[in-house]
Amino acid sequence: MNSNHTLRNSILWGLGFALMIAALYMVFVYVPTEKHTGVVQRIFYFHVPVAWVSFLAFFITFLASIFYLWKREIKWDAIACASVEVGVIFTTLVLITGPIWAKPVWGIWWTWDARLTTSLVLWLIYIAYLLVRSFATEPTRAARYSAVIGIVGFVDVPIVFITVNLWRTQHPTAIIFEGGLAPPMLMTLLVCIAAFTVLYILLVIQSAGLKTMEADIKRLRSMKAE
Amino acid sequence: MENLGYLLAAYTVIWAVVFGYILYMQRKQRRLQRQTDMLKESADK
Repeated sequence: MNSNHTLRNSILWGLGFALMIAALYMVFVYVPTEKHTGVVQRIFYFHVPVAWVSFLAFFITFLASIFYLWKREIKWDAIACASVEVGVIFTTLVLITGPIWAKPVWGIWWTWDARLTTSLVLWLIYIAYLLVRSFATEPTRAARYSAVIGIVGFVDVPIVFITVNLWRTQHPTAIIFEGGLAPPMLMTLLVCIAAFTVLYILLVIQSAGLKTMEADIKRLRSMKAE
Repeated sequence: MENLGYLLAAYTVIWAVVFGYILYMQRKQRRLQRQTDMLKESADK
């Protein structure tokens, strides 16, 4: 890693840390408690950014997969795979924090409504992506097959996003775009989104670097064996 | 503060998973670094 990368990473870690501290302060101290659902509504300030990051992660995978199939460069495969890894982690968090919010508000942990079901399907698609990679015997084949899943699987992302507008779901609608949030709540949400976006960038840079390193080691070993 | 437990549970899960993933990557980096060093050593011989 050269000095430019080290400086970039240090700046990103510093920015991410500062934004996360600001986000936690705003969620637990600054923002007023919502009058209908009470203190549990504060889950929303991390649940929505985590969902946003998972959509962003799968979009980056979609783009990187197209570039990999076009250019056949290992760096695009590393970015696509790293982004899926982070995306799956964040989708898992969406699927955990959603029911934790739903239980006291709806009285149930889970319901098979359109938003929840398509989110679960999204998670399963990208779990399949990771399974294909781990089961494929040859690295270039693994990269090729998973790139196809990365492109086709992305179809579910806009479906998840528009479900609340297409069908009557139990899940709340996207009130951010409808102007339904009070200014302190909107400000808190935006700071949380910024914090999680920086965290996503950091995790993908780190993970993609490791994947490139892993591929280099495999290549050197096979050269040595020959 | 009704339902505070749910709020704490949600935030605990988020941080536990994020820190767990960072820890996993740190361990992986150390392992890969060791393998790279070994390959360099054997190439120098």
